[in-house]
Amino acid sequence: MTLDVEHIQKLADLARLEISAGEVRDVSAKLTAIVGLVDQLAAVATAGIAPMAHPLNQTQRLRADVVTEGDEHERYQSNAPLVERGLYLVPKVIE
Amino acid sequence: MHEKTLAQLSAALRKRSVSSLELTRHFLDRIARFDAALNSFITVTAERALAQAAAADRRIAAGDATALTGIPLAHKDIFCTAQVKTSCGSRMLDNFISPYDATVVERLAAAGAVMLGKTNMDEFAMGSSNETSYYGVVHNPWNHECVPGGSSGGSAAAVAARLCSAATGTDTGGSVRQPAALSGITGLKPTYGRVSRYGMIAFASSLDQAGTLTRTAEDAALLLEAMAGLDARDSTSLDAAVPEYSQHVGTRWENVTIGVPDNFFDKGLDDGIATAIHAALGEYEKLGATLQRIRLDNVHLSVPAYYVVAPAEASSNLSRFDGVRFGYRADDALRGDLDSFYKRNRGAGFGAEVKRRILTGTYVLSAGYFDAYYLQAQKVRRLISDDFARAFADVDVIAGPTTPTPAFRIGQKTGDPIAMYLNDIYTIGANLAGLPALSIPCGFVDGLPVGLQLTGSHLSEPQLLKIAHHFQRATDWHSRMPPAYA
Repeated sequence: MTLDVEHIQKLADLARLEISAGEVRDVSAKLTAIVGLVDQLAAVATAGIAPMAHPLNQTQRLRADVVTEGDEHERYQSNAPLVERGLYLVPKVIE
Repeated sequence: MHEKTLAQLSAALRKRSVSSLELTRHFLDRIARFDAALNSFITVTAERALAQAAAADRRIAAGDATALTGIPLAHKDIFCTAQVKTSCGSRMLDNFISPYDATVVERLAAAGAVMLGKTNMDEFAMGSSNETSYYGVVHNPWNHECVPGGSSGGSAAAVAARLCSAATGTDTGGSVRQPAALSGITGLKPTYGRVSRYGMIAFASSLDQAGTLTRTAEDAALLLEAMAGLDARDSTSLDAAVPEYSQHVGTRWENVTIGVPDNFFDKGLDDGIATAIHAALGEYEKLGATLQRIRLDNVHLSVPAYYVVAPAEASSNLSRFDGVRFGYRADDALRGDLDSFYKRNRGAGFGAEVKRRILTGTYVLSAGYFDAYYLQAQKVRRLISDDFARAFADVDVIAGPTTPTPAFRIGQKTGDPIAMYLNDIYTIGANLAGLPALSIPCGFVDGLPVGLQLTGSHLSEPQLLKIAHHFQRATDWHSRMPPAYA
């Protein structure tokens, strides 16, 4: 299957990734090769095989539903590019 | 001093024939002298290292030392280190100062180890050559025109060039074992869940595991002992007691059966590597092991299964990098709508290989394709895992090459992702099945190191390390040093 430039732009939209006009042809060629590689899986007989999500077939441990972390927003927000009065700034969402 | 193993340095520190400050200064000097040519470190934390070394010396004097107290080591830059840049090899995190320590970092620091710095790596651990790093390629200490392997390429090169006594790494599809093989050192990937993933920046959560890059299996045992164990902050960490690996490595071995998969020696394997692996297996026979031919019939499907499962998990994990709470933000940030803002931040913050994997993951998870790709890959994953389980009913350990070729030239495979992905053809199976595996040096091809891979059943690290240690007692491949760094 060929993943053409249009298909790549659609995937890039879904993944919230900007792919420039200069790189999209290269991405299309390489992704087509990668999909060709994984398409080998289609020929494998897997009827009755349970999908394996965890290598040791474990389920996740649960912990007590109690607060274990304090408020450290100032420390954590020191990594944020733009903060005002404890809020992360992004482009206007609501007109 | 740098020619000594971690175990030897540990003994010297406790006999007080050398201090941690002397040792730390020695390695910092070597980094200053040699790393311009290697590029194995992203960040060197000299001041912090000297403070930790002074504290270690006080602890040794007080008689309160562990085997790792005062040992200078390096962390792959995928492990969060409080107050120190943690980049994951990406422009996306070039400005990220972690507010906390990863469990691995915390435990090694608590044992008294000294952190020299953070090592270079493929961006978000996606690569087999260290060429996808935002911080530039790392050079192989045996030949500067070759890659050191990846994604833990900086850790492997630094240990091989004796710029640190040991280093941490992570292994999602071979990222500890493959660079260890290409750089001529010992690399251990433990059982999935053996070591906490807390604070280890996630790539593919059902495959990721922290590991060690060391000179010897004995050194790996010492490190793993301090790193491993249950961690409430990682819900996938195993609730299993941590054996005293280092006490176990030297014990007598008997009746060891080594399985040798016929199909690991098919086409695609370099002749020189095949010769070195057969010689290593011959050495094991001399040591009293029994070799048994086995088949892992579905192992050829491990690369395609991996390139569905890993990108799918990566596309989900990497969605957290949006340039809002931390990470790269395009300069003209607040213009346009929210979606185009995310796209610009992510488009400029991620490199080409990371984008390819996010897009591959998005594709295999998208509506209409999920069953055909993701679910089918998870079923194939079980077939591969079942092959290993069947083999371990008859053999104690599986041996074969770690990589199909020795280190290749920088730039040789960057244009062809499939050729690059096939470097991991022998290593990915252990990740899919969650098994412990290690690579040890076993020879050279044209002056470049060869790695022998040993894979064990779940939680068989004590036996695996012992089998590796017995080989290293009988051979000296692991003590060869790259001539330029002797």
